[in-house]
Amino acid sequence: MERPVILELKNVSVYVNRHTTEEIQILKNINLKVYKNDFITLLGSNGAGKSTLFNVIAGNQPIDEGQILVNGHDISNMSEEKRTKFISRVFQDPKLGTAPRMTVAENLLLATKRGSRRNLKLRRLKQHLAEFKQITATMPNRLSERLKTPTGNLSGGQRQALSFLMATIKKPAILLLDEHTAALDPKTSAELMEATQTRVTEDELTALMITHQLSDAVTYGNRLLVMKDGRITQDLDAVTKANTNIDELMIY
Amino acid sequence: MNLITSSIGQGLLWGLLGVGLFLTFRILDFPDMTVEGTFPLGAAVSVTAITNGLNPLIATLLAFLAGMLAGLITGLLYTKGRIPILLAGILVMTACYSINLRIMGTSNVSLLGKQTLFSGQFFASLPKFFDSVVLGLIIITIVVAILAIFLQTNLGQAFIATGDNEKMAKSLGINTDQMKNMGLMVSNGMIAVSGALIAQSDGYADVNMGIGIIVIGLASIIIGEVVFGELTMNQRLVAVVCGSIIYRFVLLLVLKAGFNTNDLNLISSLVLALCLMLPTLRKKFHFDRILKHGVAMPTKERD
Repeated sequence: MERPVILELKNVSVYVNRHTTEEIQILKNINLKVYKNDFITLLGSNGAGKSTLFNVIAGNQPIDEGQILVNGHDISNMSEEKRTKFISRVFQDPKLGTAPRMTVAENLLLATKRGSRRNLKLRRLKQHLAEFKQITATMPNRLSERLKTPTGNLSGGQRQALSFLMATIKKPAILLLDEHTAALDPKTSAELMEATQTRVTEDELTALMITHQLSDAVTYGNRLLVMKDGRITQDLDAVTKANTNIDELMIY
Repeated sequence: MNLITSSIGQGLLWGLLGVGLFLTFRILDFPDMTVEGTFPLGAAVSVTAITNGLNPLIATLLAFLAGMLAGLITGLLYTKGRIPILLAGILVMTACYSINLRIMGTSNVSLLGKQTLFSGQFFASLPKFFDSVVLGLIIITIVVAILAIFLQTNLGQAFIATGDNEKMAKSLGINTDQMKNMGLMVSNGMIAVSGALIAQSDGYADVNMGIGIIVIGLASIIIGEVVFGELTMNQRLVAVVCGSIIYRFVLLLVLKAGFNTNDLNLISSLVLALCLMLPTLRKKFHFDRILKHGVAMPTKERD
């Protein structure tokens, strides 16, 4: 049975310095359909347009041409804040994903309200603690013991694990992972990748993940995209991906 | 004794300035120069309203609204006009000078013989200088309590997150521009009320009474942090008020030491500069054992 299309990009183009002599097109007529439960890994060298593609989807980069559809609705002109109702994101830099002076539990509580109106009701942190304890326990590196620690005192790995939990605690329609393990040591990085895989599968999330680790790109996910010079040059499904040699991908 | 009572009273009235500034300087994490304009604005509005026969309570509320309006203008220049916050604040502060002169009609207006918040039988029955202690205590308690509750709401948490990590706040759907505008409005409203209270306590409003105000506000915040060290958010609000009172005692000592009131701005800046350099000085000269706590952000575990 065909899975429904969650996200669709139609002829999306982004320019820098448009209408000047220094005009550069950083996304060139991107056409992409992301289906429900897709876990797409995205490869490409620096400057290929991967991050721009994420920014365009998340809404902090306006598009110059084309359309972005989520569940069939045109969201091309929707603000970044409004899009957080259904899109969540984990950044590469552990500092970007968490509020350093707020505790782990406070950060998680903020994330449970992603995309909804912030009202004058009391936050009721204590009532959430048991639930937070439980979900942080699913993460490596003993995050669950540090619920009351300000996140500024956590290690990079703990912060990224927390950022990932914050992005998924309220189930998003689309999860964007922007090299979320790149800043971590190999062991921590592998643990977070495993946790990511588990969570995406169990919660049946639809996710896109940028990575520079060819092995991760091949191991994880059910679909692989390769970008080059602002274009998607390869789009491999699970079967093709499984039969692809890492060396063949090196051409990107 | 009178001088000590008076210092405590003044510290409480000025504490409102410190707490207001805390919202922008510590929570939103930027320096808001608007306060140098909104403090005298609050004084000008309330004194003019009182001399025109309005009830002092309503006059003080008008000051709050005027301060909020000035804060909103700074906020809009900053968030929508994309003017850097320091400059946006300076623009509104400068504009306020003209506005204040327009409101008062002259550079100094006296409240001699008028009803103020400090008038009334109850305050007259108190010993000397206790009026500002009682009124200051009532107002600061109400304000700190409301703020403490507010910061524990979902909106308050979004407000804190905005200052702590704006990019994260945005990615969680928090409208950070709205949070900044709200913070600037409430902060400047409170600072205008502080101006209104000081004017009523002193018995006049002067167009120049805003000069150096930001340093006084910052001094309350920093002294509170240096003296009390690592605290929770609610405790930090109270620490600011205590810092404000301690600062008044410092001024009292300075005056006792033979300096005159013209030297106060110089002294204030020196005190503040010293407090701000404390973390660096401590590292350099190993002050740690002498001064247990510092300006650093809270690092302990907390609820």
